[in-house]
Amino acid sequence: MENEQQGQETHAEDGETSAVENAYWHENVRLLVVLMSIWFIASFGCGILLRDWLDQFSIAGYPLGFWFAQQGSIYVFMALILFYVLRMRKIERKYDLDD
Amino acid sequence: MSTQTLIYLFVGLSFALYIGIAIWSRAGSTKEFYVAGGGVNPVVNGMATAADWMSAASFISMAGLIAFLGYDASVYLMGWTGGYVLLALLLAPYLRKFGQFTVPDFIGTRYYSKAARVVAVICLIFISFTYIAGQMRGVGIVFSRFLDVSIFWGVIIGMGIVFIYAVLGGMKGITYTQVAQYCVLIFAYMVPAFFLSFMITGNPIPQIGLGSEVNDGSGLYVLQKLDLVLTDLGFAPYTDGSKSMIDVFCITLALMVGTAGLPHVIVRFFTVPKASDARKSAFWALLFIAILYTTAPAVGAFARLNFVDTVNQTAYEDAPAWFGNWEGNDLIAWVDKNQDGVMQYSAGTAFEGTPVFTEERGASGERLLSNVPTPENTNEVYVDRDIMVLANPEIGNLPGWVIALVAAGGLAAALSTAAGLLLVISSSVSHDLLKSTFRPDISEKGELLAARLAASAAIVVAGYLGIYPPGWVAEVVAFAFGLAASSLFPAIFMGIFTKSMNREGAISGMVSGLFFTFAYIFYFKLANPAANVAENWLLGISPEGIGVVGMVLNFVVAIAVSKMTASPPVEVRKLVDSIRVPRGAASAHVH
Repeated sequence: MENEQQGQETHAEDGETSAVENAYWHENVRLLVVLMSIWFIASFGCGILLRDWLDQFSIAGYPLGFWFAQQGSIYVFMALILFYVLRMRKIERKYDLDD
Repeated sequence: MSTQTLIYLFVGLSFALYIGIAIWSRAGSTKEFYVAGGGVNPVVNGMATAADWMSAASFISMAGLIAFLGYDASVYLMGWTGGYVLLALLLAPYLRKFGQFTVPDFIGTRYYSKAARVVAVICLIFISFTYIAGQMRGVGIVFSRFLDVSIFWGVIIGMGIVFIYAVLGGMKGITYTQVAQYCVLIFAYMVPAFFLSFMITGNPIPQIGLGSEVNDGSGLYVLQKLDLVLTDLGFAPYTDGSKSMIDVFCITLALMVGTAGLPHVIVRFFTVPKASDARKSAFWALLFIAILYTTAPAVGAFARLNFVDTVNQTAYEDAPAWFGNWEGNDLIAWVDKNQDGVMQYSAGTAFEGTPVFTEERGASGERLLSNVPTPENTNEVYVDRDIMVLANPEIGNLPGWVIALVAAGGLAAALSTAAGLLLVISSSVSHDLLKSTFRPDISEKGELLAARLAASAAIVVAGYLGIYPPGWVAEVVAFAFGLAASSLFPAIFMGIFTKSMNREGAISGMVSGLFFTFAYIFYFKLANPAANVAENWLLGISPEGIGVVGMVLNFVVAIAVSKMTASPPVEVRKLVDSIRVPRGAASAHVH
């Protein structure tokens, strides 16, 4: 760990990104792509584009598409942020870059 | 105790609480004034962000919009919550790691340019003033209806309260008053919602109630009954929309991206200790917001059912007291087209324009209007959407203390947002314009004084806009979100996620996004409102959703220009490297 940190500092001085930071950033971006896709599917997908089709199903007294537009998408948003908070804590510990 | 006494008591107590907090949490340094010292607990900051974000529009207007727009109002529900995903995942942790005081700070430093900073300040001031005028108006409405004070004095009292805690306490005072205001407003929103849901469906949880059967023995679900009742009266079914799919899509996206680009929201994430706290804080903020936002659709649907039930085919003489109260405040009107003394409510407008009352009373005792009744439909009732939440406790016959609570809650929502907006205006003037651009030699004390003076001046302007609202205020809320989406969001996003974006690209992107969006909204909302119909819109996108096109334009122009000009200096690449990793948030300044 100590070596990694030193490498990071020397690299940072000449304007290059260290290997650890690079790997960390790529893992972060990969995670972001997955989560942003779910964000898009839950709101724009289920709540808008696929709504008419989804409305043939229902969840209690809600037509399913309508439920996604006025309730479900908001629950998904909360779950996404919570997952990101927990997952990033793990990733940051793995690369020893946590604050 | 009479309802009126209770209202004075609740509003008075809540004001005393805010002032008490302000005196306890005075700001002693610019860091305390701008970012509350940077040591706010993420849960506390989440709660303050929720109060900051939920304005008079969320508290007073949103359920009313949902009640009258049905599915179409989903754009607000998704748009005003989905932006927090963008904030938590794409912006907040990195901006916190950057660790400065304002949004123009980041843009000015990342794009190594005073011009970029000044462009950001201009966007910020325009966005914030558009927004704040609406808050002061909300304060005025609540005062005039519930406290029998004229709108003029209502706004003056509201200004006085905000002055005390925003000018004395800065961000520190605002943070802790916003926590108190969140508690007041969420309690005030939920109590009537529980009552209404229980009354209509037998289940007190509104989110479940909206999906349950109506307890009138019909066996119908709430939404089915609502669709049935409304189509009977000639309205479109509640669960169908009338907006086109592309427009719904673009408005939702513009509101989401706009939310993530609003300076008074972003700046709240500068107040937590660490980058990881910014993520946590965004989660808590959305959780606290979602409590109200998932309740609003239920409140809207119940209110619409109740309203049709109590008003349609009721003789004016038998109308409940709240009907006359709101008629007295010009927000409800009735024209007896068929002279039968009974109110007929159906689709269509009852008369042309907004009500202009004469001093006379009609045969049934109703206030007469000088508007021309519309002969082509049978609707006789005019109702302003904004009264739904405020009138709900009265429509549902709830006890007096609930009405008093709602009055205090509406004021809390308007005041908390107004204070947050005033703070970003004042810090952009004292910090970005004076300290960082025109008067770099200003002392810490001088900067703090300038911040307080700028906050005071902004309060006076906001109050003026609240008392004498220019006709365009309601028309230009689209500006705030559209401009934030088309100017600030892309610049911040590219500043974090690409190292090659340079000064020339960012400035030309911001300017073209801003100019395009501004011109489109200005043309359809102000210059030529008659042309504001779907056939004339670009790609069928309304002015509310055009920020999306402005945002795309911003990205395209910025990338094209940056490819043709010199890449950013090494220090800036290092800065980007440093904001991408969370470690060392407290000392991340590369200056």
